[in-house]
Amino acid sequence: MSIPTGMSRRHFMKHMAGASAMVAPAMMMGNAIRANAADLTSRGKSCIMLWMGGGPSTMDIWDLKPGANTGGPFRPISTSGDLQICEHMPKTAKIMKNLSVVRSMSTREADHGRGRYYMHTGYVPNPNIEHPGYGSVVAHELFDQRPYLEIPPFVSVGGGSVGPGFLGMSWAPFTVSSNGQVRNLKMAGMSEGTLGKRLEMLKLVENGFINQRRGPAAEDHAKILNKTVNLMTSEQMKAFRVTEEPEAMKEMYGTNGFGQGCLLARRLVEAGVPFIEVDLGGWDNHANIFNTLSDNKLPVMDQAMSALVTDLEQRGLLQDTTIVWMGEFSRTPRINGNTGRDHWARSWSTVVGGGGINGGIAVGETSADGTRVETEPYSAEDMMATVCRAMGMSLETTFTSKNGRPMKIANGGKVIKELIA
Amino acid sequence: MATFSRFGLAICLTVSWVSFSSAARPSDDYGIPQVAEINEQISVVWKDYGISPAPEAQDFEWVRRVYLDIIGRVPSVAELEEFQRDRGKDRKKNLVEKLLNDSAFTEEYARNWTTIWTNVLIGRNGGLDNNSQVSREGMQKYLRDSFARNKPYDQLVREVITSEGANAPGMPNFNGAVNFYMDKLAEDGVQATAKTAQIFLGVQVQCTQCHNHPFNSWKQDKFWELNAFFRQTRAQRDRGMEANNAMGMAMSLKNVDFRGESGNPSQAEIYYELRNGLIEVAYPTFIDGTNVNPNGMVSQVNRREELSKFVTDSKEMQEAIVNRIWGHFFGNGFTKPIDDMGPHNRASHPELLTYLGEEFRGASFNIKELIKWITLSQAYGLSSKITKGNEVDDPTIGESPKFSHFYLRQMDAEQLYESLIVATQAHKTRADYAEQERMKSMWMQQFTIAFGTDEGDEATTFNGTIPQALMMFNGDLIKEATSVKPGSFIATLAANGDDGKEAIRHLYMATVARRPTKNEMQAAGILVASHKGNTAAALQDVFWALLNSNEFILNH
Repeated sequence: MSIPTGMSRRHFMKHMAGASAMVAPAMMMGNAIRANAADLTSRGKSCIMLWMGGGPSTMDIWDLKPGANTGGPFRPISTSGDLQICEHMPKTAKIMKNLSVVRSMSTREADHGRGRYYMHTGYVPNPNIEHPGYGSVVAHELFDQRPYLEIPPFVSVGGGSVGPGFLGMSWAPFTVSSNGQVRNLKMAGMSEGTLGKRLEMLKLVENGFINQRRGPAAEDHAKILNKTVNLMTSEQMKAFRVTEEPEAMKEMYGTNGFGQGCLLARRLVEAGVPFIEVDLGGWDNHANIFNTLSDNKLPVMDQAMSALVTDLEQRGLLQDTTIVWMGEFSRTPRINGNTGRDHWARSWSTVVGGGGINGGIAVGETSADGTRVETEPYSAEDMMATVCRAMGMSLETTFTSKNGRPMKIANGGKVIKELIA
Repeated sequence: MATFSRFGLAICLTVSWVSFSSAARPSDDYGIPQVAEINEQISVVWKDYGISPAPEAQDFEWVRRVYLDIIGRVPSVAELEEFQRDRGKDRKKNLVEKLLNDSAFTEEYARNWTTIWTNVLIGRNGGLDNNSQVSREGMQKYLRDSFARNKPYDQLVREVITSEGANAPGMPNFNGAVNFYMDKLAEDGVQATAKTAQIFLGVQVQCTQCHNHPFNSWKQDKFWELNAFFRQTRAQRDRGMEANNAMGMAMSLKNVDFRGESGNPSQAEIYYELRNGLIEVAYPTFIDGTNVNPNGMVSQVNRREELSKFVTDSKEMQEAIVNRIWGHFFGNGFTKPIDDMGPHNRASHPELLTYLGEEFRGASFNIKELIKWITLSQAYGLSSKITKGNEVDDPTIGESPKFSHFYLRQMDAEQLYESLIVATQAHKTRADYAEQERMKSMWMQQFTIAFGTDEGDEATTFNGTIPQALMMFNGDLIKEATSVKPGSFIATLAANGDDGKEAIRHLYMATVARRPTKNEMQAAGILVASHKGNTAAALQDVFWALLNSNEFILNH
């Protein structure tokens, strides 16, 4: 692939480091020099978030209300855990001992943009500050623990994630499509020697501009250049080559975007990437919801999700990999005139499992028609706190936004105790 | 009223000229009262906050800005030199007027604003899916004609809101303006309602479709009262005309009689559902509470026409457009986001916003006038260098913008594309307009991410992250621009002889609009030497480095 021929990566990075020694610290090309000790045995915790863009109807998937006038046509089935789920999720039912459903989510953001932001950050949108999402927070916290990692610590498969906010562009998601193809990775018709010379020239211009105090955008640009050089020359990029998986493995996950995205996520966990978000959109079912779910959305999700958990478990990775499944909100218990359900945030479900999480249980309850949470309600903050705790991160961690305001990780959410293993 | 305030202002400025020489001087406003008023109101806030503005930007930096912001690309070397030759005190005004009014720039001006407005109206993805109801080409053609003729903004809004006709060029009754609503009519026109309010009125109402807005005063009834204006609107497929819309469907937008949901056209009402399942009735009523005759027969009441009158007469429209254009030129609007205005989201300079809205209306919604006032203001001409006196002015940390230094921002992908074409002189051999736009669209596709919602939310990876950096390092566009094959830009430059120094200066001017520093010239000299006489190869390295720099990609 893109590794310069005739020049070892180490040599190459040294070349770059030498070049940067004479300039401002903001432009440290080759800051992954520390990368030599690829101690993969110390691979730490990871998190895979399965993001359901559009707002999936959780009372048709995880918290069924058979017989209620809001209940819809689906039947519940028993699982390997201590709870029932939808009949159109038979494969996932078999691995539910590893996953738990939080049935008492209750939030207030029922607009797509606002809900996506809130569920990703634990903060409601505020025009004056941009908060970092899960992926950026986890990457920021765990990056130092993996000196061997040369590829981005936060990968978004299929896009749709929330960015780094005040943590800065260098913690932004690295967005790839589900086939793992990274565009423009191949060095275009230049030798490594040429790249080295060009980078030295570039560095002069780049740092000259930064040194004139042009603000954070100029510095962020340099940081991204560094990361890009690291990545272009890294052997670890082979983790993205999901197409090289055996056919049987691809089929186990499902030969569709989401299935292959989940398979890619497993490869990235193996490579030590601490946070991967995989997107499955198309849940905004204002009309014709039941056919869409049973014929299209649920089979795709069921296959990929169950394959992911099974595969991680068989590889001994599940105990260190926390899995989160959620959308920006859910859908109205009431079925509308178009056989659809509209936006609803007051009572709904999310799913967590894997590393650090007690599997196989349902936390909380909703009323018989699904319109109310009848136990302690949980929020985006609580979900985030639970996931951070499961990954071994301290909830006392405080970020300082650029204006000096301290911000607690997970916005001070409380850990959902039943879930912590 | 606007006239009086202008008069008052002139006096005020004279006084400040006497007392503080560094404040906005009369000579800085080119005798344009709106420029003077902007300068005054912006500097009042500086005083309130004890901020001292950055020094004036260097001439070429400013020239680069106006080219990028007004016509969507960096200036060529010849254009920079031409500016330098104008030594008069009105040289900035002359340049702005040239970019706005000289017929040599009409095409590029129209292209830039067409790009911007196409993305606003139908998104970066609009019309690019197979079987799309939208004709991107049709939308672009309408906008391009509108901006080339400098159509007054209120007319443009009226034409879009009331549009009827076919979506793709070449169809009988073609009217590209219909493409705005073409794919927004599903589910009783919920998207048409929300986007009309957001784009033209600067109010976000999409949540009030289902419930009262949690943060502003919008109630659910207002949403559906606005929605009622769209119930005469129908999108119809024109079978047999598909050939006209290469990527999508041939469609027409029509007005048809709306008989009301209970079949009484003289009281053609709609119903909507409250969260508790109760059903409410709504009639067409504008956001200020004014209603129209509820008759649903088009011959009696054309509802979208009525709506367009309300919109274009409203204070909301004039302030929404001023905020949008201001945000375009300054990288920050008076509110953030620019299209969510109202008491819940206070503007940074409310009086200036009101003033500019009124002046823009007073100038018959002439967009070029508004652009002139903004680009000739003192604030727009400030350096992006942050100094001790203005480092507190940082909107990225949640401070409301004070405009005391120019805020860096990245070029859009489209600006990069056009800039490379001009920087490498490729525009001299370009294909026809439609073909150019198609090629650009295809290239743009690699950056677009769709979010999987019915609202067509999307984002771009051309946002300063790694995929963009990889494209700048290795992508075809850069490979092409830096090519050394015979006849290429670099090859031609290299063939001019000498020791390459002149060519290197040229590359610096063409990309970052300045001369190389001594250090840079020295480093470039080493490169030239290392290539042992192959000047083209050395120039290629320098050009590549410049294109990949922060100084190039950031509008500063």
